[in-house]
Amino acid sequence: MSASTLRIALVGNPNCGKTALFNLLTGGRQKVANYAGVTIERKEGRFTAPSGRVLQILDLPGTYSFDANSPDEQITRDVLEGNYPGEAAPDLIVCVADATNLRLHLRFVLEVKRLGRPVVLALNMMDAAHRRGIEIDVAELQRRLGLPVVETIAVKRGGAMALIERVDGEVPVAAPAMADDPESRADLHAQVRELLAATVTMPRQTAVMDDALDRWALHPVFGLAILAVVMFLVFQSVYAAGKPMTDAIGDIFGWMGTHVATLLPAGPLQSLVVDGLFGGLGTVIGFLPEILVLFFFILLLEESGYLPRAAFLLDRLMMSVGLTGRSFIPLLSSFACAIPGIMGTRSIQDPRDRLATILVAPLMTCSARLPVYALLIGAFIPMHHVLGIFNLQGLVLFALYAAGILGAMAVGWVIKRIHRDKSEHALLMELPSYRMPKPRDIAIGLWERSSIFIKRLTGVILALTVLMWFISTFPSPPAGATGPAIDYSFAGYLGHGLQFIFAPLGFNWQISLSLIPAFAARETAVAALATVYAVGGDANTGGLAHALATNFSLASALSLLVWFAFAPQCMSTLAVIRRETNSWRNVVISFSYMFAVAYVASLLTYQITRLLTS
Amino acid sequence: MRLSDLPKGAPAVVDRVHDAHAADPIAQRLRDLGFVDGEPVRVVAIGPLGADPLLIQIGSTRFALRRSEAHRVTVRQEAA
Repeated sequence: MSASTLRIALVGNPNCGKTALFNLLTGGRQKVANYAGVTIERKEGRFTAPSGRVLQILDLPGTYSFDANSPDEQITRDVLEGNYPGEAAPDLIVCVADATNLRLHLRFVLEVKRLGRPVVLALNMMDAAHRRGIEIDVAELQRRLGLPVVETIAVKRGGAMALIERVDGEVPVAAPAMADDPESRADLHAQVRELLAATVTMPRQTAVMDDALDRWALHPVFGLAILAVVMFLVFQSVYAAGKPMTDAIGDIFGWMGTHVATLLPAGPLQSLVVDGLFGGLGTVIGFLPEILVLFFFILLLEESGYLPRAAFLLDRLMMSVGLTGRSFIPLLSSFACAIPGIMGTRSIQDPRDRLATILVAPLMTCSARLPVYALLIGAFIPMHHVLGIFNLQGLVLFALYAAGILGAMAVGWVIKRIHRDKSEHALLMELPSYRMPKPRDIAIGLWERSSIFIKRLTGVILALTVLMWFISTFPSPPAGATGPAIDYSFAGYLGHGLQFIFAPLGFNWQISLSLIPAFAARETAVAALATVYAVGGDANTGGLAHALATNFSLASALSLLVWFAFAPQCMSTLAVIRRETNSWRNVVISFSYMFAVAYVASLLTYQITRLLTS
Repeated sequence: MRLSDLPKGAPAVVDRVHDAHAADPIAQRLRDLGFVDGEPVRVVAIGPLGADPLLIQIGSTRFALRRSEAHRVTVRQEAA
């Protein structure tokens, strides 16, 4: 880093367009990491100014005030003051304010100014302000604030020219630092009012468009109907667009595996590369298309400003089960996969609400459960029609989805009951103006989230797949053995051992054994059962369904379905819980409560079905 | 009058925010967000379930507040 590097920190209220401005300045040259020990994102980027000077830009979390109720506000303040360990104080603070919402945003500008550091104010969204007929006397605002003020349009190419020129010039002189006491804080509002009266004329407090859209989007009946339609379309797209790509990726990895196999001599090494490496990687990468499609829609809804509306509509429902309206999106994502869902809980500021959401997210029926459900339902549930129109198989699948949702509600309710902290948790959520999402911001967001997903998971899944491969391959069966090879392996012994635990649920040793790979990735249970029953690969699931139907009872099958609905499976989920909460304790809590719920629910299912069918 | 009792669409101005208990962070946050004496407020929308939360317009900003949060704010209804 050369001596002429200028360190700039971007701060501002949530919804001031700060991230769009950051994207406009730095493009794809961004580094996303976490602040040590917390899951608050630290985003840094750089660009070269016309003068040749390198500007290093730090995008700080959106902040309403420095009152430090939340960890991100505390971090923002510490970084700006140069008190954050390992983070040098910025040379210049660029405070971003939404020109259409100055009454709220100017207060924070005044707070930043009182830190006594060099500050430039960027009046963002000037395009929207012009459209709404808002007039701002920038020269007068600059004079009264005693800060350089520039106009920006973050969503337009070249919309940050004035800002770049300003920060590339002389660093402005800092205002004197001022004490932060309750009295002077109350004073800030009076100052804002004075500033607004002297510099801003607004023909109308709100955008006509927002009023019109909100009349429908927040309507008690139509609002909920619109939400249902939006969610339905998102789900349809995830399955319609994501599924074929997922299958194609699986095929490509399978094809690569077989080709590599011809290059290697038959034996353990070949099996490791083909089954372990290519099989495992194919599984991880295979989830990516569905997750990308889901992320795409979530970003689209987020950027457009619709998501807080959805949270508004559902807050009461979520609150009754100990969650918050903000839990809605993470839980929705969890229907594709709990991992992006748990990562998405970062948008919930309240730590208790966030943890409750993380704990119930894995109960949502993720796409990895579907192959198992499809196999078992196909094998055991007859194609009856109920009441003439409903298909019994479809009803069972629906019941499993419902079991997950109801289970999550019950768990949320219990967490709320047993939690010692009975203090009130606020919603206090701003509903920003609707905005047309910009492809650039969607693309950067998509890239950022998917690369985090791949980085986090590839390592862990790869290691575990190799481990699974190892215990199901070694030791090799003795010469002259007749049963399937896996029966003689470590996994075989484990399966027999686990059977003692799972016998009351109606699981035989083959099922118990298939639960081991299912812990790595649920859908591999199908392949494992296929191996054990020696009916060939999973391409031949028709044969497998037949083998299952002749080998175990309806009670066992139902019990297994219920197990898959609740069991603590997929260690990637547990790994993400560890990452996101920074605590092994939460991993243990998730694992044990889900194990207990699954065990009891399966036990009841098995024993009751047996009584009814005998 | 409490903000939580204000009829939808009726114009009013904020009187003040009351602490529900000592050092109430929610009340402090409301003040930071601009719920201070003399600010015009209005209930714009009401949640579909149990008439909760409320969508409050203050200045050019809209906040979703639960009833218990809106209850902390006293308002004066403007003479029509």
